[in-house]
Amino acid sequence: MADVNRGDRPLSPHLQVYRPQLTSITSILTRLTGNALIVAVFLIIWWLLAAATGPEYFALADSVLTSWFGDLVLTLSLWAIWYHYLAGLRHLYYDAGKGLDIPTSEILGWVCIGGSVVLTVITLIII
Amino acid sequence: MVQLRLPKNSRMIRGKTWPKPEGASNLRKFQIYRWNPDEGDNPSVDTYFVDMDDCGPMVLDALIYIKNKIDPTLTFRRSCREGICGSCAMNIDGINTLACIYGMDEIKGDVKIYPLPHMPVVKDLIPDLTHFYAQHASIMPWLETKTNRPAKEWRQSIEDREKLDGLYECVMCASCSTACPSYWWNGDKYLGPAALLHAYRWIIDSRDEATGERLDDLEDPFKLYRCHTIMNCTKTCPKGLNPAKAIAEIKKLMVERAV
Repeated sequence: MADVNRGDRPLSPHLQVYRPQLTSITSILTRLTGNALIVAVFLIIWWLLAAATGPEYFALADSVLTSWFGDLVLTLSLWAIWYHYLAGLRHLYYDAGKGLDIPTSEILGWVCIGGSVVLTVITLIII
Repeated sequence: MVQLRLPKNSRMIRGKTWPKPEGASNLRKFQIYRWNPDEGDNPSVDTYFVDMDDCGPMVLDALIYIKNKIDPTLTFRRSCREGICGSCAMNIDGINTLACIYGMDEIKGDVKIYPLPHMPVVKDLIPDLTHFYAQHASIMPWLETKTNRPAKEWRQSIEDREKLDGLYECVMCASCSTACPSYWWNGDKYLGPAALLHAYRWIIDSRDEATGERLDDLEDPFKLYRCHTIMNCTKTCPKGLNPAKAIAEIKKLMVERAV
């Protein structure tokens, strides 16, 4: 090919220009909540280790976890668990080859978002 | 690999604003990606104004208007102007579609046009699809048979033929594959929705006798399984096809033959 510039071509814009879709947002949220939960688990493990270490250290860890910051992290983690759970169920449904048309997948997307918020509130009321 | 930012040579700068057509009252603003391989500059986004009273209803009509009346250097592919050749696929108003069948009345505000996302740019709105076509060729997009050839044609029942509906209509415009974040990050190894839809089209063809080999070839962590049902492909397909569903069906066939 009479092409003098093959190596130096620019890459066309992607994330910069592609409009976020409900389906793509709910997909990336599955990954984000999954990874965030791994981080949050470290906080819980630290809390348990502190309990095994001694009363003074536990008091420190417990004060962090029960502070407004701890409450915020744990509440968001609770939402992340519910979201990740619902999105996981959606993945199972997809893997069965079902719900893969746009109207159904968008309804399922809203179910994941709305459902996770509702379930988080219910969980907070119960505990 | 995931690379959220564009490489240095690909970041867009503000381009030229071209003069408005004289005597026009019904103007529409267009922002269009430009890159000229002969100049060595970064890509830019140029601004054009199109007289909507002197232009057809589709985005392609506006591009042709600009090329004919404002800036003959604007470069894009087009041929059939009726959504069957797949040449004028581009990113319009944030989604990938065919310029010839996408009406400007569907767009709110300024019309923003970029080449198909995450592809090497040849010039302006023309992406290099070499790799995309090679991937299509890799799935053997033809009838593979082992039995002796029949005296006339390979027969197929009406029911078996109907299984190909929603698959054979694909025009290989690359809108779906270049809408897929998985294809953006792993397009070197992941086949992408278009090639996989074609793979499925041959897998379920009742006349094809290489189903096992076809599935063997796709049994790979990247070629098939980088699909995470993000669904951008199906959402954007200008022909209304469903590559996500086709990929899910291939995954099902993989499981079915394993158990």
